[in-house]
Amino acid sequence: MGIHDIIPEYEVLRDPQRCTVCRLCERECANGVHSFNPKTGKMQSDNTKCVDCRRCVVFCPAHALKIVRNEESYRTNAQWDRQTVNEIFKQAETGGMLLSSMGNPKPYPIYWDKMLLNASQVTNPSIDPLREPMETRTFLGKKPHELRRDEKGRLRTDNLPPQLDLDVPILFSAMSYGAISYNAHKSLARAATALGTYYNTGEGGLHEDFYKYGPHTIVQVASGRFGVYKRYLEAGAAIEIKIGQGAKPGIGGHLPGSKIVGDISRTRMIPEGCDAISPAPHHDIYSIEDLRQLVYSLKEATDYKKPIIVKIAAVHNVAAIASGIARSGADIIAVDGFRGGTGAAPTRIRDNVGIPIELAIAAVDDRLRQEKIRDRVSLIAGGSIRNSADVVKAIALGADAVYIGTAALIALGCHLCRACQTGRCNWGIATQRPDLVKRLDPDVGTKSLINLVSAWKHEIMEMMGGMGINSIEALRGNRLMLRGIGLNDRELKVLGIKHAGE
Amino acid sequence: MRDRSNGLGGGFAAYGIYPKQKDLYALHVFYGSRRAKDECERIIHASFDISVAERIPTRRVPGITDAPAVWRYFGLPFPKLLEAADIDEREFVVRFVMKVNTEVQGAYVFSSGKNMGVFKAVGFPEEVGRFYRLEDYEGYCWTAHGRYPTNTPGWWGGAHPFALLNYSVVHNGEISSYDANRRFIEMHGYRCTLLTDTEVIAYIIDYLNRRRGLSLKETADVVAAPFWKEIAAMPKEKRGYYTYLRNVFSSLLITGPFSILVGFAGGMMALNDRLKLRSMVVGEKGDTVYVASEECAVRTVEPDLDRLWSPRGGEPVIITLDKGVKV
Amino acid sequence: MVRIDAKGKNFQQLNEEIRVAENSDITVEHCMGQRYIGAGMSGKHLLLLGVPGNALGCYLDGGSIRVLGNAQDQTGDTMNSGAIIVEGSSGDATGYSMRGGKIFVRDNAGYRVGIHMKAYREQQPLIIVGGETGSFLGEYQAGGTIIVLGLNSEGRTPVGNLSCTGMHGGRMILRCRRLPKDLPPQVSAASASKEDMARISGFLNDFCGAFGISIQSVLSEPFFVITPNTKNPYRALYTEN
Repeated sequence: MGIHDIIPEYEVLRDPQRCTVCRLCERECANGVHSFNPKTGKMQSDNTKCVDCRRCVVFCPAHALKIVRNEESYRTNAQWDRQTVNEIFKQAETGGMLLSSMGNPKPYPIYWDKMLLNASQVTNPSIDPLREPMETRTFLGKKPHELRRDEKGRLRTDNLPPQLDLDVPILFSAMSYGAISYNAHKSLARAATALGTYYNTGEGGLHEDFYKYGPHTIVQVASGRFGVYKRYLEAGAAIEIKIGQGAKPGIGGHLPGSKIVGDISRTRMIPEGCDAISPAPHHDIYSIEDLRQLVYSLKEATDYKKPIIVKIAAVHNVAAIASGIARSGADIIAVDGFRGGTGAAPTRIRDNVGIPIELAIAAVDDRLRQEKIRDRVSLIAGGSIRNSADVVKAIALGADAVYIGTAALIALGCHLCRACQTGRCNWGIATQRPDLVKRLDPDVGTKSLINLVSAWKHEIMEMMGGMGINSIEALRGNRLMLRGIGLNDRELKVLGIKHAGE
Repeated sequence: MRDRSNGLGGGFAAYGIYPKQKDLYALHVFYGSRRAKDECERIIHASFDISVAERIPTRRVPGITDAPAVWRYFGLPFPKLLEAADIDEREFVVRFVMKVNTEVQGAYVFSSGKNMGVFKAVGFPEEVGRFYRLEDYEGYCWTAHGRYPTNTPGWWGGAHPFALLNYSVVHNGEISSYDANRRFIEMHGYRCTLLTDTEVIAYIIDYLNRRRGLSLKETADVVAAPFWKEIAAMPKEKRGYYTYLRNVFSSLLITGPFSILVGFAGGMMALNDRLKLRSMVVGEKGDTVYVASEECAVRTVEPDLDRLWSPRGGEPVIITLDKGVKV
Repeated sequence: MVRIDAKGKNFQQLNEEIRVAENSDITVEHCMGQRYIGAGMSGKHLLLLGVPGNALGCYLDGGSIRVLGNAQDQTGDTMNSGAIIVEGSSGDATGYSMRGGKIFVRDNAGYRVGIHMKAYREQQPLIIVGGETGSFLGEYQAGGTIIVLGLNSEGRTPVGNLSCTGMHGGRMILRCRRLPKDLPPQVSAASASKEDMARISGFLNDFCGAFGISIQSVLSEPFFVITPNTKNPYRALYTEN
């Protein structure tokens, strides 16, 4: 290290009165923080390796451990804080681009927390969802332009393009097999099936064992086309073309060859040890009309039986891009805001590129309505949706449904230590090491996900009832149910909402 | 019925009242200023071949104050304009109404049908009726409404009925889905300018019935669709039908309490929201049908009824000339 | 007995006249929509001709009201004691939050009949409807008894959708051949037992006597009794935060 002295972020505190030297922490920590010193007969810790994943704290039978933020610092400097200095040291040391995981952690404004919901009083009765019908079922897909009738004059219902049918307007976002573990995927697939919604394979292909959850699976076609072949396309309920994601708009991905082993290699259909590189663009989409070609190629390959989703990152001209996508034959547009998570992305891209999903969804919904094409596509919003209130606000802004990724992983036990890129996830989620993967019990994982989404569904129903709404479609795009607080005029305008008190 | 309103709006829709000009559009317009009238009449005369232009006859009534100028015009759109724009006369009239109501400050076209007319003001309905000398008109169908505003201040344009072409809507309740409905319907050329949620219902009905060709029953099945639980218990064909409508027209589902009376050429439809949060009774006597929020209103007009009943939530009651009551 | 003519009188005038009338036996003629007749009344017996308006007998605290015709919405709203007898139909929210006394409706009743009805000590409220009711019968019922007979329904289930939703006390009795299909999981339904029928017959005698109906014809069809199966069905929904 020498001159580039990187102050460790965390400090491991061990209570010597409580520690029984059982060495469980040593076994649990894949980062090698804890070790037994035979000379002293005591446990010792290497703070430089600690990522604050809290595995040891949770599992220590004596509750002897505490991880705290290391208060050591350089001289206080608002412009050059500790992290900033450390990052320069790292780059001077290695010459490398900084690589991080999960979503943008910087203190940009969170617009969800600056919007308030309505409740009905006097002029409109609120509804009690425990006693009166409260419906969260929604369909994603293109709606037919024409109505047709049979010889008896009855409406024909057979001209509906393919749809996704959701019991609750929450889907599990794309997280590839490779970025997360087999057990994590198994939990997501089984939970999606039980909940009446869908999960997304991400760009790592679909494991053979999970074909049976096909009716609740969205299969992704990303720029690297890993694992994409006819049977894969047919297996899912929908196909998602991944153009971009919120965490790293504009760039591709890279899973090093060391991780391409066994099942990963088989599922991605690439040789073991070969790097899995996802190019920045799809190399058959250099312009909007090319997207149309790709969309129809997938429809042709699957006999027009699957809705096609196009997933984009929320960037500056997201409204115009969405308009183009809506005219390309896509059935659903998924927009991923700048807070979206990832297994690995360059830090600078993750923290500086893209725009908040709240503003993006409002802008996209407005633009599609101005152009009178809003009913050609359904909209899914994603990018760190944290709770059921965020979901309700997203729908009121104009989304048909939301994608959750980070929240789902937290339900599985993720503690947001943001060290996924090391592949040593102690919770068995963002890792392929068999000894770590087995720590995630898919039965427990499935139940946790079902619990989370069910709890959110009940909360959504309570909020809807409070607003006097008993079917989710009446909330979609219903901007009058929102009021801004602490937002300036321009922000209110982009969101298309009034200020509280108006 | 005075107990149900607060005097901040009252109005009537009447059908069959202009037999001598029954093939001409009868445009009823409010003007808040001379300038508004001049500007609007320029557009009217440029768009329609007008045979009669006159103030709607009124009388002074205590309780009706601050009246705007209220005029009516009888005419048809110039055929050349219809050809040039390649639209039918009804679409032409709708676009004209939206244009005036959004672009001409202080002018509001509040009735635009043939052989029918809306009469409304800020005041109790009985005062409004006297103000407009309604005793001078004869019609086959009348709707009436007293307002107790929920969201916006009372003003002349905001009283019910809301009308477009031959459709008129009076509404008791509040629509919680209003902004979701409005932002969908405005994609199709309509503009909600009258500051009252009921306005959107009139446009939804015009859109579904006239532009998309749904029958009134099918329209009711969209705006007051049954719950998924009920749909799941239906036989296969009905299930498919309701699921299709709820999916395709999901943004036109109306939630929130409502009782509406929709007038149209040849009849009237009464509809409650699917939870039946507002009251409604239907009375029948001979070949006359009465619908009201309270039985006493019907009995005051006709004490001796053949039948009196309450429709179920979500089930339209469609009453037409010549064919009787349909449920 | 004293006669009051309601013609042309607003509700305040009419109700004031009824309140100050010294005779406790009052016939009111030509009712036409006046609201709140008998509000908070006790110790008087009203006979109403015409169409009384909304909230008839609200907060009734004793005595009786008999209507020779239909009643409108919110009849017997928050009633505490007394009797309301309707020789016709009643509207929506009949007996809302009723705590005691009885409401008998000969024909049909609207939506939300008996909603939030609750008993308290000796006060055991009772609603009997001779015909059919609309949806949400007995919503939130916390006590008391609701009986629907469907006398002209030929065995058809005489209630609308979503009956008993939120029921957590009291009992509901239906005279029909088949139970409604959409009863919520928080209630249990069973055919009326001998003890049930003994109690029910007591109520029915009273009802039939009020309208001159033969009790034999009423007892000719099967009866079901519906009760809540837990006092606190929603406990598992919440988690401390």
